[in-house]
Amino acid sequence: METLKFDLDTKPLREVNQFLHGDAGSLSGKKIVIENPNGAHNVAVGLKADVDVTIKGHAGYYAAGMNQIAKVTIEGSAGSGVAENMMSGVVHVKGFASNAAGATANGGLLIIDGDAGLRCGIALKGADIVVGGSVGSFSAFMAQAGNFVILGDAGDGLGDSIYEAKLFVRGTVKSLGADCEEKTMNAEDKQILADLLKKSGHADVSPDSFKQYGSARTLYHFHVDNAGAY
Amino acid sequence: MCGIVGLLVRNPKLRDSIGELMLPMLIGMTERGPDSAGMAMFTAPVAADARKFSLYSGTSDFNWAKLGHHFETHLSIKATIEPKDNHAVLTTTLEPATVKVWLKEHYPQLHLLSVGQLMDIYKDVGTPQQVADRYDFKNFKGTHLVGHTRMATESAVTPAHAHPFTAGEDWCLVHNGSLSNAHSLRRKLEKEGINFETDNDTEAACRFLQWRMREGDDLKTALNHGFEELDGFYTLLMGTSTELALVRDPYGCKPAIIAEHDDYVAIASEFRSLAHLPDIKNAKVFEPSPKEMYVWKL
Repeated sequence: METLKFDLDTKPLREVNQFLHGDAGSLSGKKIVIENPNGAHNVAVGLKADVDVTIKGHAGYYAAGMNQIAKVTIEGSAGSGVAENMMSGVVHVKGFASNAAGATANGGLLIIDGDAGLRCGIALKGADIVVGGSVGSFSAFMAQAGNFVILGDAGDGLGDSIYEAKLFVRGTVKSLGADCEEKTMNAEDKQILADLLKKSGHADVSPDSFKQYGSARTLYHFHVDNAGAY
Repeated sequence: MCGIVGLLVRNPKLRDSIGELMLPMLIGMTERGPDSAGMAMFTAPVAADARKFSLYSGTSDFNWAKLGHHFETHLSIKATIEPKDNHAVLTTTLEPATVKVWLKEHYPQLHLLSVGQLMDIYKDVGTPQQVADRYDFKNFKGTHLVGHTRMATESAVTPAHAHPFTAGEDWCLVHNGSLSNAHSLRRKLEKEGINFETDNDTEAACRFLQWRMREGDDLKTALNHGFEELDGFYTLLMGTSTELALVRDPYGCKPAIIAEHDDYVAIASEFRSLAHLPDIKNAKVFEPSPKEMYVWKL
């Protein structure tokens, strides 16, 4: 596999991103290494080719946002909004991620080895997220679809106003948000969890050590008793 | 938006180059705060009976030497004055209350930015680079510092509205965020006899903590009261004679990132201000939790 190196100390980020937005056919199969990200914003955003990008260090805001098809690995931490609105592909953060990781992500897999900040997976729309550490408060707020695995603990208000996303937490949940409740894990859900643990490098972790949470479905259906509130 | 930076140097060998280490941190926060910048620098202390007064004139043609001479002859007491453009640090053993009255009477156009034994404050409008050049931030020497780059959202862009703000000797605060109850806090505090210098929301937070500490709170208790009464978004970084302290609001709306290294502790709004620090790869880099107080002592 061909490997190309870009050094952000000497190459403007815009040029690197423009290269990564080039013809998907000719980019396909390429391995790209980005050195000295040093917390720059918008590194490797909007990719839509079958490339393998490694960011060697800490990335700033919105790294790998809107990702499609590509695999992006961040060897350090990620700032706010990593992989936000991802459509497909894989984004792997080896350190920790700041607030709103995977916000509104439609598809693909976001793996965070460390902790994630507040509002992780907010408005999740179908992507899968696996966090090796803990997540901050208000995670999975209004999460509509997708699967969200947390190996550590969750903060306050987990899954507030949640729709149909599935939450799996191994540690403790400080508090559940409105309309989020513990569910009984069925065989199909357990398989989803086992597959995600395997894909994210946690094959040794038993799905039986998790509790599942989801929507009690009392908020998102119109209830005639609430008509006066509108 | 705004940017905050803090640096506490643990390795005494690096204290002569704290200015050089800090400068890229401050410049790195230019996009977050391009309209003003400020810095509180904690240096070696002056003599036990002396105080430093950081003064701001507003014009670069102010005759600081004349003020120094006037002070010494009129009050029959020794003083040194170290001008840097439109700022100067006056050092004297005269008690602070008397100095303040004298300055107000003879030089009402001057702003007294801080009083203390270790802390000097420089703040002004302009990009962080311009402000740093104007006051030679690069050559600062000392133990720790608290800096700020401002993007004003709620009050005017003037040197007085720039951060840091002070509350008592050798105590300062910078803020990234906004407070929605700054005016009601101000009305409440003015009834308690607390005086305000600007209509800046950060000053309301600063005066609130000043009031709590005046009432006997230690910093931690004062901040716990702050969590109850400050309504809004904030990351607050504070400097005292021996420590730096950091809190984020309970909703974690405003960022902060910390690098702890054997040689230093560095704090900034974003990692891009820490990336250049020596041996940063071996520092413990982490994001502080909301509603938790972090303190680093010298």
